[in-house]
Amino acid sequence: MVVTPIFVRGCGAVSPAGWGVEPLLNALRAGETLPVQSPASPAGDRSWRVRTVPTPASRPAALAHPRLRRASAISQFAVAAAAEALQHGGFASTQGLRLGVVTGTHTACIRYSERFFGEVLRDPATASPLLFPETVVNAPASHLAAFLGGTGVSYSLIGDQTAFVQALLVATGWLLEHRVDACLVVSAEEAAWVVADAQQRFGRGIVGSEGAGAIVLAREAGNRPGVRLERITDAHLYAGRLTRNAAAHAMRHDFPRSLPNELLVDARCGVARVDRAETAAWQDWSGPRLSPRVVLGEGLSAATAWQGIAACAALADGHADAANVSVVGANLQAIGMRFVKA
Amino acid sequence: MLFPPETNCAPQRVVVTGAGIVTALGLGWRANADGFRVGRAAFRPVTLFDVSRQRVKTAGEVPLPTTLPPTHLSPRTLRRLNRASRLLLWAAAEAWHQAGWTPDGPVAQVLGTTNCGAESGANYYRSALVSPPVHRGQPTRAFGHQAQHQALVVAEAFGFEGPVTIVSNACASGSNAIGHAWELVRSGRAEWVLAGGYDALSQIAFAGFDSLQVVSLTTCRPFDQQRDGLALGEGAALLALEPLDRARRRGAEILGEIIGYGSVTDCHHLTQPHPDGTAALESMRLACACVNVGPESVGYVNAHGTGTPLNDAAEARAINQWAGARATSLPVSSTKGSVGHLLGAAGAVEAVIGLMVLREQWLPPEPCVETLDPVCAFPLVRQPQDANVEVVLSNSFGFGGANASLLMRRWS
Repeated sequence: MVVTPIFVRGCGAVSPAGWGVEPLLNALRAGETLPVQSPASPAGDRSWRVRTVPTPASRPAALAHPRLRRASAISQFAVAAAAEALQHGGFASTQGLRLGVVTGTHTACIRYSERFFGEVLRDPATASPLLFPETVVNAPASHLAAFLGGTGVSYSLIGDQTAFVQALLVATGWLLEHRVDACLVVSAEEAAWVVADAQQRFGRGIVGSEGAGAIVLAREAGNRPGVRLERITDAHLYAGRLTRNAAAHAMRHDFPRSLPNELLVDARCGVARVDRAETAAWQDWSGPRLSPRVVLGEGLSAATAWQGIAACAALADGHADAANVSVVGANLQAIGMRFVKA
Repeated sequence: MLFPPETNCAPQRVVVTGAGIVTALGLGWRANADGFRVGRAAFRPVTLFDVSRQRVKTAGEVPLPTTLPPTHLSPRTLRRLNRASRLLLWAAAEAWHQAGWTPDGPVAQVLGTTNCGAESGANYYRSALVSPPVHRGQPTRAFGHQAQHQALVVAEAFGFEGPVTIVSNACASGSNAIGHAWELVRSGRAEWVLAGGYDALSQIAFAGFDSLQVVSLTTCRPFDQQRDGLALGEGAALLALEPLDRARRRGAEILGEIIGYGSVTDCHHLTQPHPDGTAALESMRLACACVNVGPESVGYVNAHGTGTPLNDAAEARAINQWAGARATSLPVSSTKGSVGHLLGAAGAVEAVIGLMVLREQWLPPEPCVETLDPVCAFPLVRQPQDANVEVVLSNSFGFGGANASLLMRRWS
């Protein structure tokens, strides 16, 4: 069987470390956890710990698009990360390019949803019609399409932290079938008190986070030292007999035997109880390891995109020959992906 | 391993061997076919949440029984199911049993939804606002809100272990889910896929559409010159998809064949279609291009037809242009006048209606339409009628510019 190779052409990021891939990588290199804040909430005087995206020194040019004037933070993060990934990938213009867009998210447009539902509970007769359209899950993808000016196929996927991997998988399918020439895969999340509150129900001590990560995939390698998406493991669902622990182990065994110069980028967030399944699955790993969530916070699907970006950067910079990305999601599945030098 | 795929086969023909449907018309194929065939409207006062301060107080609320179909779910899980999960389970059970699958591999799920488990999310939010904070039941509410919970419920209920893909492309979600599943089976990347959509009525969506003043204050009547908006509904529909060869080998009853799928994005506006329906037109063209089928071969179009002035006018222009000379004789109708707009479930429910048309050879009418909007060059189906239909086109368009069209062929 002849397998068409799929290349990573560009990456973009927005994170608590700043706007761009470079601040993200610098923060991971420094390895120091970033400061936390407590999101505003109508829920009394309770507080949560969240790492938020800093206000940029100057507004990124991509955010000048009129569609983004009223858009929620999640849309702005998604568009900024996508614009950087396209530029990095050499797609200064997408004119004439059959570009697919797949977004993956866990909590979607939660800030406007929370605001709108708050208004509904107070009095549905006066709830704002300006807010409601921005609560729809595919609002960021819609704004992104308007920014790009394309009419190509676009999916908005939802899931747990693994939604980014699921989005990559959809993109590979479109590329293999020549439905698109290139595909932009974006995961974005925005911090909100209601998400931070929910995260504490699943693991006390989790520090929430927000931002976006974008990767451009294509069938053709670019001019720069290349990175290839080598595999996406099976999806090991937390259903039936498969516990989260067992699913993490099954995912780990889907990776090939490791080579001397390999990197592991995992999804651990620094809370032992939450990380237990993944820690156990990779206990035999003796190579170098990155855990972006420990530094940047639990940015859900966006943090999975940061994992992928960190992996690709390590390969492009020559720090590794292969990078395994392990994602043990909160409540759907364990799934992994592996990038190699092209 | 999901990528690279282990097969690299020529495109396979994809057939539907099971279909499950739940709408305000009732549970299952027969109850729905009987209702859609005569254009029965199934709107009733909303009882699920307080609508006293809304402009509109009715919807296509499903009269769900308190019981559930037999599954592998534990009594504890059953007790905790929210409305979205219950709707989905009824549809899944019907599709699963009708398909008669005994899979020798993973069963994938591709689901479309917009509201997920919004009932649980609303309850979570209310409890989170209480001071001192409520802890009991909050993890269940938080998880129940998430669409992956509904997917896992179906997986547990029937013993599936395959991959789950959840598409949330607004009101095109159900069609996108079926279209994506079709691509998975067609390319050999999946052998068994349960695909469709679901959405339960939720206070946030009800209030949202009401705030936009797009909900009809009279009667939802798509393509009527005097139409004044949509009606909301709830429901679920799932299709069991598999390769034709496999279905034949096991002697399965084939309900129809999916032969085309188109999906494009309309950049015009977050909530409004381009007035000329350019993306809708492209979506229909792409679906037809999959098999080189032209409008002359299509015997019925199930329009998105929400009943809003903007959607129906744009869609009518798109159908006129796509159909060309065929438009003047091409039967078109929208079934949202019967059960309302089912949001993430709409495309899936309408795909099942398309299968009903192909299997039973009738056209679903819109008896409420009094004066056809002159923008429609096509004959809107307004009275129950038998027909001879070989190919059905089903349109779904949504907020954010999500446009999807499915093309289905009669199996004989």
